Amino acid sequence: MEAAALSLMNAVPLLAGVPLWAVTLLLIVAAAAVILVFALTFEGVGSLVLRKVAGDIQARIGPNRVGPNGILQFLADGVKLVLKEDIIPANADRLLFKLAPYFVFVGSFAAFVVVPFGVGLIAADLNIGIYYVMAVTSLVVIGVLLAGWASNNKWALLGGMRAAAQIVSYEIPVGMALIPAVLIAGSLSLQDIVRSQGGLLGIFGWNLFHNPFTFFSFFLYFTAAQAETNQTPFDLPEAESELVSGYNVEYSGIRFGLFFLAEFGDMFIVAALATACFLGGWNVPFFHVGTLPWIWGNLLSLGVFLAKAFTMVLIMMWVRWTLPRLRVDQLMRMSWKYLVPLTFVNLLGVSLWLLVFKGKGIPGMIASLFG
Amino acid sequence: MTARTDALPTQEMTINMGPQHPSTHGVLRVILTTDGEVVTRAVPDVGYLHRGLEKIGERVTYAQFMPFTDRLDYLAAMNCNCAWAWAVEKLAKIEVPERAEYLRVIVCELNRISSHLIAFGSYTADMGAFTPFLYAIRERERVNDLFEMICGNRLTYNYARVGGVSGDAPPGFLEKTKEFLDYFEPKLDEYNNLISYNKIFVHRLANVAVIPAEEAVAYGLTGPNLRGSGVPFDLRKDEPYSVYPKFDFKVCVGTGERGKLGDCFDRYMVRINEMRESVKIVRQAVAQIPDGPVLAKVPRVFKPPVGEVYFRSECPRGETGIYLISDGSVNPYRLKIRTGSFVTMNLFEKVTRGLMIADIVAVIGSFDIILPEIDR
Repeated sequence: MEAAALSLMNAVPLLAGVPLWAVTLLLIVAAAAVILVFALTFEGVGSLVLRKVAGDIQARIGPNRVGPNGILQFLADGVKLVLKEDIIPANADRLLFKLAPYFVFVGSFAAFVVVPFGVGLIAADLNIGIYYVMAVTSLVVIGVLLAGWASNNKWALLGGMRAAAQIVSYEIPVGMALIPAVLIAGSLSLQDIVRSQGGLLGIFGWNLFHNPFTFFSFFLYFTAAQAETNQTPFDLPEAESELVSGYNVEYSGIRFGLFFLAEFGDMFIVAALATACFLGGWNVPFFHVGTLPWIWGNLLSLGVFLAKAFTMVLIMMWVRWTLPRLRVDQLMRMSWKYLVPLTFVNLLGVSLWLLVFKGKGIPGMIASLFG
Repeated sequence: MTARTDALPTQEMTINMGPQHPSTHGVLRVILTTDGEVVTRAVPDVGYLHRGLEKIGERVTYAQFMPFTDRLDYLAAMNCNCAWAWAVEKLAKIEVPERAEYLRVIVCELNRISSHLIAFGSYTADMGAFTPFLYAIRERERVNDLFEMICGNRLTYNYARVGGVSGDAPPGFLEKTKEFLDYFEPKLDEYNNLISYNKIFVHRLANVAVIPAEEAVAYGLTGPNLRGSGVPFDLRKDEPYSVYPKFDFKVCVGTGERGKLGDCFDRYMVRINEMRESVKIVRQAVAQIPDGPVLAKVPRVFKPPVGEVYFRSECPRGETGIYLISDGSVNPYRLKIRTGSFVTMNLFEKVTRGLMIADIVAVIGSFDIILPEIDR
């Protein structure tokens, strides 16, 4: 950020007298605001799309009252959530009860900071990008556990316990399934990982097609990540038909809204990571966006990235309205007995591949055959 | 094995599941004692919907009780209407016109389809898949349309009368019924493809709450719950009433195809297969239905002879038995109703021991209980 602030100060003579830290702070706030606006817009529109998709899949119409074809439904929902009475149960632990939604929301929102939206569109290109995402999204588990405990409701407690067990269990396969992308790029930075998938191979430059192990990694990641973010068929912490609504059962108004927004935020983060680590991120096939003027290059890469990410989000919605829910013991078994060993084997496979073939993937080797 | 002394003391948690809970199918209350996610004891507490139907029956005339039978099982009101009519007719030895009997069988079997659709749909929703529920509702709407055509109502039909039915089928009803059957039959295969054999779904149901055949008989289970344990007992075949002997259909039983015989999956599959058999029955009934009157001559002030009668018929949720004592007056002297769901609740505590919380939901759904039948 400081470097960006410096270049900004050089470019705009008006800022010459302002201290460096102030400009940096200004930039940080601006970046956070932009991301917050994007996240909230995505979460709002996402909820509408989710309901429309649900309508299509379930042979019904979906929201169609607010605005033309119901496209303003999410605004109405948002207004409703803000205006609703904020109830805190009499015997709840008031402090923790109020604190819990922020943990969940921050955990989900902070991950947006390192999402590589385009060539130059990233709030903070941390050199530990993936590690940061994994760490920050772990905040969610604290929030969910707090919410379950502080509500003083047995169903909420069960939901919180389930969520804690589930998120902790699935974090391991998620992390292990992402490491192949790190190995190939040789960097934890998400921008570096995306760049490593560019080049003249087009979509075959993607990590997805790098070698058979990365191909499986993608699916392992996607499955495990669905579970880590409590999406159907792994939505046990919420499990409406079993736990009524799980850890957020006692929440109302905007506190519930924060949980709700975080859920959609998580959905996008999963899709964005899958896109960045396996589907080539913002790379435009057979085309080097860096050669374009800054603004066009960024717009084009942003469009490509969002198209890929939204496709993944749609797939998640499709899965959500198709599959039933696992039982809690089956869920744990799936993680520890299948996903964890599989991701480890897979990681080993990728490492060996990179060692034996000197970092080259199958498409790369084929391409070098033809010069 | 001795308990560790240095471990943190743990204690069982008592959770109140219901009467307001999305998966108890009404106002059932289950008191769960759990050790973490494992249920050590689940005691059903029934009675939240008790309306004293049997006592009401003693205060109203035979004809006046007909609308109350709608509320006995609101998802299968036709079956309950007809059960009452058959019981009273058996008591008073009334000869019912054949066309009326055919119409009764048609609406009963259509109602069985719509009731099983709700059972199927809400069961999948309980298991976390919400979509099939709406598919089931979509099909059920068409059955409701048919019922609206024939009796004007969509939920509480009040169609049967002592001595027949309230009115003949309107023109076009039988054709519409046939249309529905043609539309509906392929849908069953679609359900099977979509959800019945879904791996997650099967894993949730197979080997859960296994009820061996002897136990099912000993506890007096009836209907699909009994047949799910592999006992081919169906009153339509074994104690034929009305015009059922004229139709060719088979009694669906559980086969243990995905786990042990008598598990939740078997009970679920029995219902799916029964819908297909009901389609078969309605097809035959529509083809064979004779012309004629639909209501026998029954005196306006109806006083059946002194005596008592027990009539049982096959409702979607098992045997609905009606025990009537007449003292020769316009009201029954005593009425007792035996329903499938209530009897099933006896077994609940036994089969749920040691299951997980999610399985409790699976068990309630697989029994396909309905609360007005339990509490009456």
